[in-house]
Amino acid sequence: MNAIPDRTRPTRRALMIGGAAALGALIAPGIRLVEVAAAPRPQGEPVSSKVRWGLLIDANRCDPDCRECVVACENENGWPQAKRPTDVQWIRKVDLKDRKSGRAVSLPVMCQHCAEPPCVDVCPTGASFKRADGIVLVDRHSCIGCRYCMMACPYKARSFVHEPVTTQNPDVPRGKGCVESCTLCVHRIDRGDGPACAKACPTQAIVFGDLNDPDSEIARRVREVRTVQLRADLKLDPGVRYAGL
Amino acid sequence: MRRTGRIVLPALLAGAMSLVATAAGRVPQPAYDVDKSTTCVAPPAEMRRTHMDLLKHRRDETVHAGVRGGKTSLEACIDCHAGKAGGTVTGRPGAFCEACHAYAGVRLDCFECHQPQRGAGTKVSGAEVPAR
Repeated sequence: MNAIPDRTRPTRRALMIGGAAALGALIAPGIRLVEVAAAPRPQGEPVSSKVRWGLLIDANRCDPDCRECVVACENENGWPQAKRPTDVQWIRKVDLKDRKSGRAVSLPVMCQHCAEPPCVDVCPTGASFKRADGIVLVDRHSCIGCRYCMMACPYKARSFVHEPVTTQNPDVPRGKGCVESCTLCVHRIDRGDGPACAKACPTQAIVFGDLNDPDSEIARRVREVRTVQLRADLKLDPGVRYAGL
Repeated sequence: MRRTGRIVLPALLAGAMSLVATAAGRVPQPAYDVDKSTTCVAPPAEMRRTHMDLLKHRRDETVHAGVRGGKTSLEACIDCHAGKAGGTVTGRPGAFCEACHAYAGVRLDCFECHQPQRGAGTKVSGAEVPAR
């Protein structure tokens, strides 16, 4: 017998939204520091294209000396801190300075999860693919390590694993001979959580959410605040947007 | 004469040995160390023949459609099949996957990328981290 949902009781989602709104009211009208986590998909249900996951990175809030997001990504995804130019790097901090005005900004750059990803276009085996919910991934089972995608990516977001790996996180398989990049913490998203970088950011400069949901925090911020996509001239429509650049 | 003896004798010996082995039911079997041996997915005889198909089917579902968890996930397999000693399915002579694959002479590629150790790696965030 199927359980009939009790409509009189508040759902978990409604409670979470209510809670977040109450928190937001304490900070400033219209600005919520706490992002509402997405309701997890029921187990066994495939991802849907109704969702478009994205990040909004506010460079104004990003501290040039802080690399908490990078450390969180290293720990979550089990890649060692990059020491040599050929080492794996899923996310990096980039410092920009306008020479004329002297204005400096710092921002994390990772895979931009393009809607029209060039890495997918060039992949000869179909290993590089875009998931229905907009996350660009590498299927390591079919990656032959040709590195065409690394050449095609205008953001230099992908890395090649040159050495054997033994310290993988059980949720994040990775190994020698494959190309890899930010997965938007796909294993966490699949259990209804957000990426580790967004969670670790001490100034909440990284907001994660569904760009297709007009009620989500990220969609609202993108609607209200001026944001840019890196190299928007390439018309790749990245899912990662930046404010304050 | 001597040459014929050289060829015939090993052949005879091999024939006799295999006969002994099958007649007495003493085909050497791989010895493996396993924590929990269950029939949660299918009976062992079926699993021996079809586990690679199940894993392959599952891997495409997981990578492309985000279907995770449950008893057919590789992590769930490792949870039960990792040995008591070492808690791993490979990298040791008696480890579950390794023992059979060495016996059958089939190369085992999964663990060049997947973590063979139960509860190992650099897992820092689990379900216990509250959703923000």
